[in-house]
Amino acid sequence: MKNHMSLQFSALSQNESFARVAVASFVAQLDPTMDELTEIKTVVSEGVTNAIIHGYENDSSGIVSIEVTIEDNMIELIIKDTGVGIGDIEEAKQPLFTTKPELERSGMGFTIMENFMDELSIVSKKGEGTIVHLKKRVTTSKALSS
Amino acid sequence: MEIKQTVLCIRLQGELDHHTAESLKEKATEAIEKHNVRHIIWNLEALSFMDSSGLGVILGRYKQIKQQQGEMVVCAISPSVKRLFEMSGLFKVIQMESSENVALQRLGVA
Repeated sequence: MKNHMSLQFSALSQNESFARVAVASFVAQLDPTMDELTEIKTVVSEGVTNAIIHGYENDSSGIVSIEVTIEDNMIELIIKDTGVGIGDIEEAKQPLFTTKPELERSGMGFTIMENFMDELSIVSKKGEGTIVHLKKRVTTSKALSS
Repeated sequence: MEIKQTVLCIRLQGELDHHTAESLKEKATEAIEKHNVRHIIWNLEALSFMDSSGLGVILGRYKQIKQQQGEMVVCAISPSVKRLFEMSGLFKVIQMESSENVALQRLGVA
């Protein structure tokens, strides 16, 4: 059975924690392990933080959208902003690359997303925004019953 | 946070993300400057969540103490945070110990 949820919120840093918890609560019905849940929370945090800091450059009138679809043991996560967009996606994905070192950004966001999820794809256009599409298959500990 | 001689012990609690990183950065930076801190111990025992914003703050403090040949030690690290450290190469500049006491001994102030 396919199950879907979507979420929209202001680009405010206090919503990062809200977004993590909301997504984690939704995917909890797949009964993932604690480690998998932590990985998903971290990935949501990275994506939302990117949207706020880079996409909207801390302009809180921006709206961050999250969509989650779960089916069997597959989690599909989409994090979207309509901000400034990414000029060079390959460069942005490099570990430790950041456009904002003065803000002590580690440049690890996309590397963490790639490591903690099975699939990552980024669609971005200058001036139009960024869509980050992620997929992860979790090991469901739920007993199968018919 | 607690100062022991030249060591600053930072005991992180709760969640460390972009939202909470800023105030931690301010407090830590101030403590380092005010108390002539040379080494830093990060105690992660009570930390429930951390993302790359936390890595940024830790790396930023390393840059701050590097001039005085300061050392950084992390203790009570969880498996998921350990993976973040590994991914970012932070273990090249930060040692890992099991507890704050062992970390203090390592820095010669226990």
